[in-house]
Amino acid sequence: MLLLGLFLLLGPARAQAFDSLVPRLGGSFAEQAEAVERLGALGDARALPLLQALADSRLLKLADGGVAVQQGSAVPEGASPVRINNRVRVALRGALGRLQLASPVAAQRLSAAEAILRNRSAEDIPALEAALAREQNAQVRERMELALGGSRLASADAAAKRAGIATLGASSSPEARNLLLASRAANAELGAEIDAAVAAIDRKLQLRQAAETFFQGLSLGSVLLLAALGLAVTFGVMGVINMAHGEFVMIGAYATVVVQEFCRNIPALQPWSLPLAIPVAFLVTAVIGAAMERGLIRHLYGRPLETLLLTFGVGMVLQQVVRLVFGAQNREVISPAWMMGTLVLPGGVTITQNRAWIILFALAVLLATLAAIRLTRFGLEMRAVVQNRRIAATMGIRTGRVDAMTFAFGSGIAGLAGVALSQIDNVSPNLGTGYIIDSFMVVVFGGVGSLMGTLIGAFTLGLVNKILEPYAGVVLAKVLLLVGIMLFIQRRPKGLFALKGRAADQ
Amino acid sequence: MRKNLLPVSRRALLATPAAGALAAPLAAPAIGQTATIKVGVLHSLSGTMAISETALRDTALMMVQWQNARGGLLGRQLEAVVVDPASNWPLFAEKARELLAVSKVDVTFGCWTSVSRKSVLPVFEELNGLLFYPVQYEGEEQSRNIFYTGAAPNQQAIPAVEYLLGPDGGEAKRIALLGTDYVYPRTTNRILRGYLNSKGIADADIMEEYTPFGHSDWQGIVTRVKQFAAQGKKTAIVSTINGDANVPFYRELGNQGIKAEDIPSVAFSVGEEELAGIDARPLVGHLAAWNYFMSVPGPANAEFLVMWRAYINNPRRVTNDPMEATYTGFRMWAQAVAAAGSTAVDAVREKLYGQKVMAPCGFEEEMHRNHHLSKPVMIGEIQADGQFNIVHKTPTAIPAENWSPFIPENANRRR
Repeated sequence: MLLLGLFLLLGPARAQAFDSLVPRLGGSFAEQAEAVERLGALGDARALPLLQALADSRLLKLADGGVAVQQGSAVPEGASPVRINNRVRVALRGALGRLQLASPVAAQRLSAAEAILRNRSAEDIPALEAALAREQNAQVRERMELALGGSRLASADAAAKRAGIATLGASSSPEARNLLLASRAANAELGAEIDAAVAAIDRKLQLRQAAETFFQGLSLGSVLLLAALGLAVTFGVMGVINMAHGEFVMIGAYATVVVQEFCRNIPALQPWSLPLAIPVAFLVTAVIGAAMERGLIRHLYGRPLETLLLTFGVGMVLQQVVRLVFGAQNREVISPAWMMGTLVLPGGVTITQNRAWIILFALAVLLATLAAIRLTRFGLEMRAVVQNRRIAATMGIRTGRVDAMTFAFGSGIAGLAGVALSQIDNVSPNLGTGYIIDSFMVVVFGGVGSLMGTLIGAFTLGLVNKILEPYAGVVLAKVLLLVGIMLFIQRRPKGLFALKGRAADQ
Repeated sequence: MRKNLLPVSRRALLATPAAGALAAPLAAPAIGQTATIKVGVLHSLSGTMAISETALRDTALMMVQWQNARGGLLGRQLEAVVVDPASNWPLFAEKARELLAVSKVDVTFGCWTSVSRKSVLPVFEELNGLLFYPVQYEGEEQSRNIFYTGAAPNQQAIPAVEYLLGPDGGEAKRIALLGTDYVYPRTTNRILRGYLNSKGIADADIMEEYTPFGHSDWQGIVTRVKQFAAQGKKTAIVSTINGDANVPFYRELGNQGIKAEDIPSVAFSVGEEELAGIDARPLVGHLAAWNYFMSVPGPANAEFLVMWRAYINNPRRVTNDPMEATYTGFRMWAQAVAAAGSTAVDAVREKLYGQKVMAPCGFEEEMHRNHHLSKPVMIGEIQADGQFNIVHKTPTAIPAENWSPFIPENANRRR
């Protein structure tokens, strides 16, 4: 309504200004930015489609020097798309914001409020107040209040400024803090109030930072957990030092790539390619693991050094095979839409979606592993063989078969880790080498043979790493962590959760 | 050429260029040692740098084929010897020695990271080889056996930061220097810190962070950049991140919703080839500084593009700056060999000085006695299709200052 009113009020002078500004949208970047700003300030509704087209790079510069919105995909003779740079983009955001505040689409109103917040001026106050009175959507309201606070702060009236400071201080966004700090110099008389508002925001921000660090630690911990869980089975339960574990992770990631490429041709399956990859990756790596156990490792039980060398060699062979089949270049993995972007929790804590899903996935895999070991017949047989192989055999358990299945199970879990890692790391033949050390670190730290130890160990290491990172930097944090683990292992050679009783003696 | 399914021996690998299809256009290798001029290609075809270096191997092979199609050099055919140092820095030195001592190559095109170049430098000096290094780097080096066809800091890093500080770049007042942990980012950032200080930006407004090669967990660093930016001053990121760590880095930027309008980033090691592997839409507006972009208009670039796509037999393959530098370096070397009438390193070196080539970037580039080229500086914004929109370009080619005036120790050095 407001826009319509403005539009009706437009005099001929404004129309003339509009006509003279439009061709300049096709000029140099500086000219573009100026024209965009002035068009936004004019409030002429005719500018909206033009500016929108400019932002979406659908605006064409015509042969006669004028501009027009591109229709369809065809570009007329002599016309070329108008290009913009960051400076123009910033101006566009401001101008579009003012024009979109009354839009029926909530997302557009939100971006309008964001835009005003970034390029605020006192002129926006009436429009914002009117918009706020109508607004129902909580998220948009919050942004609009911020924008209103910012605009009030930009006005000349002291009372309005005070109201603005109060609004901004009540929020917990870094943008509000920025606005307050930026206005500090120009408003010396309101210094005390601004400082108090900034301090209030700082307290909230500190809490939020702590929450975000905690989440990032959980996220790193979940990656470590996924990578180490398979090893906790093969190394922890069976005692096989499997240096090819990282390669199983890598093969799981490549299985994801293959499934995604297969799904690319079938539109109905496309959104499900990642969930589909989960069983495929598990089966592929489990089969390779079983073959490796039956073919090679079982001949070397009780000879850890030979097993280490053998599995190291197998790992190199697997890497080279993948390199020959898929090429040495990294493979692109598509992230589904539900794994992109950021989740905003109450209090403004932000969590990237892909990391949040991986935390859930890691916990799900852990639960499934526990269930398989505790609740199934296979798990029972596995525990029996681990506790006493001979008596298990006399009870009719085919220990060889159980060995193969246990190793296949551990390898399959490594494959599952590959599915998750394909979403956050580069899928290359070297993918696994980066995780093998970390995996052993987690298993040894947590206590060999204890899944709970692996869980606690992974999350402890993840959290400690992320807490150290801001102070020590990424490289040094890792070094400190390794030193810490070395000292810890000196004190407690069996890790956090040492097995007790007969199993510990084996 | 996929016959060697198993890595039989080092020598077998040496003779067989790794990727099958690409090796086909090579000239039939003659067995005799004197019959062909040997061109060594020393680029990582596996490991973390393969994302960037594989295309340079292909460019070098393309140039060998191109020269052979024009009758070779000095009446002799050229033969490429490809080795894979696998992103492993000590292996670079071993492979360089192998190229020079065993294969007896006349010239080598190779290396991307500075740490690999530093690793082969003593080998090339000891055996008096000739290396063309095609990538922008940190400077602070000048070997008589190496010709640097990429940019020195004053031809890339400093103009890029100058742009960020200017009105078109958003007038940044705080800078986050993010890099991979090795010699190039650390030295470049040292130079940039000196430059920023000279522009009145205090150390408190500069954030510096390093990560290992192939780093994938960027959430902490990106969050810290956001916090760093939330202090009331316009902030920009200067990225010297190398290799495939860029993919998760940009993914994290996109996921955390950092738009170029709020915190622009300028990268020194990300070009068209690296962007080909990721969805560029969330990255629109982020910047890269190079001396060439595939989107440069002009006949020299059009010709280069046609040549590359015909060679690689893919009408959609992209070109990038280090490929252009490889092309330019090869042309200069070929001209110098023709002028010297010999492939002897000392003779070719003398003839290289002052050698000029019309480069695809649209400027005539000249090799100076400091072993560096004069180059134009360009700044491009990433577009949704993974190409760059050139938003800034110097009017002339700028000579290289490989000894930066922003490093205090260089004050007494004769430039």
